[in-house]
Amino acid sequence: MSSLADTSASPPIVARGLVARYGELVAVDGIDLEARAGTCLGLLGPNGAGKTTTIEILEGLRPPQGGEVSILGLSWQESARKIRHRIGVLLQQTDFQDRLQVRETLRLFRSFYDRGRDIDDVLALVGLQDKKGARVMTLSGGQKQRLAVGCALVSEPEVLFLDEPTSGLDPQARRRVWEIVEEFKAGGGTVLLTTHYMDEAEKLADDLIILDHGKVIATGSPSRIIRTLEAESIVEFTLAIDGEGPAPALEKDALRALDGVRDIHVLGEVYTLTVTDTRGVLSGLLSFLEERRILTEDIRTHRPTLEDVFVALTGKHLRDE
Amino acid sequence: MSSPLREIRELTRVRITLMLREPEAIFWMLIFPVILALILSLAFSGDRTQPSRVAVLAGEEGDELAAMLEADDGIELVRLSDESKAERKLLRGSYDAVVIPGEIPEVRYDPERPEGATAKLRVEAIWQKATSPTPLPEMRTETRKETGERYIDFFFPGLLGMNLMGTGVWGVGFAIVDTRRRKLLKRMMVTPMRRSSFLFSFLASRTVFMVIEVAVILGFGLLVFGVPFQGSALLFSLFCLLGTLSFTGLGLLLASRVKTIEGISGVANAALLPMWLLSGIFFSYERFPEVIHPVIRCLPLTAMNDALRAIMLDGTTMLELLPEVGILALWGAVTFLVAVRIFRWE
Repeated sequence: MSSLADTSASPPIVARGLVARYGELVAVDGIDLEARAGTCLGLLGPNGAGKTTTIEILEGLRPPQGGEVSILGLSWQESARKIRHRIGVLLQQTDFQDRLQVRETLRLFRSFYDRGRDIDDVLALVGLQDKKGARVMTLSGGQKQRLAVGCALVSEPEVLFLDEPTSGLDPQARRRVWEIVEEFKAGGGTVLLTTHYMDEAEKLADDLIILDHGKVIATGSPSRIIRTLEAESIVEFTLAIDGEGPAPALEKDALRALDGVRDIHVLGEVYTLTVTDTRGVLSGLLSFLEERRILTEDIRTHRPTLEDVFVALTGKHLRDE
Repeated sequence: MSSPLREIRELTRVRITLMLREPEAIFWMLIFPVILALILSLAFSGDRTQPSRVAVLAGEEGDELAAMLEADDGIELVRLSDESKAERKLLRGSYDAVVIPGEIPEVRYDPERPEGATAKLRVEAIWQKATSPTPLPEMRTETRKETGERYIDFFFPGLLGMNLMGTGVWGVGFAIVDTRRRKLLKRMMVTPMRRSSFLFSFLASRTVFMVIEVAVILGFGLLVFGVPFQGSALLFSLFCLLGTLSFTGLGLLLASRVKTIEGISGVANAALLPMWLLSGIFFSYERFPEVIHPVIRCLPLTAMNDALRAIMLDGTTMLELLPEVGILALWGAVTFLVAVRIFRWE
């Protein structure tokens, strides 16, 4: 019945035309995606973009109202148990039992699978050997998250689903989670990742899908997506606010007319220019401001990032400040 | 397809481990019922060798009678002059009987209270002995009653039933809601774990704890209170298993859709409170109007208490307890089936 699930050579994760609604709200609006074997596909987008709904459909937690899903060439309707034996999942949030030890928690999850790793191997994989006898309630946030990753890896899965794997973790804890994921990928595993951190997407994802309001707004590798801006750099400046009321609005068209400016976005007092000639724009900008006697708090330039792509495409930031 | 035994074993082991690491749970499961039994056995002491507390309204005529009563070992006498005060204290249970002297003295007592009836008999006996030259031989029939008639003997099987129901419903209900609240249920749903294994692990762990609970509480009752155990231990065990089945099922059903701890507290209380009152734990449900007796008998706790009481006190056999077997088995089967149907995993 499902045409996607027929070929054994199909990519590990394929979805076509996914639709999910919560009452009136369309959370997922016709998403197509494909994760190639041994790579990481990232879903990047702000909160509420439909990332979690999409990944939960792929994990078999909720049926889509439209579209088809194939995991490892199998369909959820026909082979749910078979698929579950071969995937590992990290939900956005799971509180493991506080009074259970790390080892006991892993052993419980291991018992659900026919095949899988030794508990000691999993402990080594996620770096919790020293904590194996510790109760979950004594673990730090980063250790708890590594335990959650360990529970996803006990079965030695072929596909790993990670929903916001480093949300709320400190930088060091985030890097440790990333290392585990990269190791899994290096071993031939396929990863589907959702995140609203562009650094995480750039670090882990081989391919990216940028989502907004349940729709795909950009696809490709992170560097290719960034190249679509056709920018050498991003120039950003913030207007100075003196005591007398709001800063004057600049004429956007005059700015856009400067040599080397491709595009311009304004958020409050912050002006963001996408530029192809950084030096030319900077000197042009300085005289532009000089002529109009406009003061700025600062002027910054940086290489274009995914965040800039998102701003260019949607006019807003990934994270609402 | 692989065998589900391993995951059932692990799930059950985790349930038991978590329970043992919850000191409060152990208190409510094992210590609390024993304390309750001790307190109630003190309050409703059925020991009829204790002297009866009798008040005499002492006046001129009262003196002679008071002296007679005072001479008896079975009477602890108080002389009072205020009749209304004596009456008040009688109604409150401070006195077992109040004697009003006169040509023919009057004994006031509460026939509903065993102590009252005893006091009345004692006073009457003393009066007859003193007034009649040839005391009637049957006056000596009032003696301490045999075991099986004491309050603790009545109460004890009900205590066991109540405890098995309480720990079953609360233990299962809280554990499920807590697991759901932590999103662990959802997490398990993306593994190949069988849903039936998860539900069955509660029955298995409850059975383990039932054995411990019954051993501790029954052991205490037999050794400390000397409660009678007339019937078959095998039949008794069968009912403990049936009770565990139906109470675990009830816990699963009550927790099947609840998302918060506050929610399950309310739902469990609403389900358990009527049974605590109706099912004959602290007093016999015979006191309720006869028309609702059939309804009361259909409650799982009533069936459990009636059966345990009949086995312990009267040595009743399986054949006579078939209705109770049926009621408990039916409750177990129906609650499990409905719970599985409506269970919310997220």
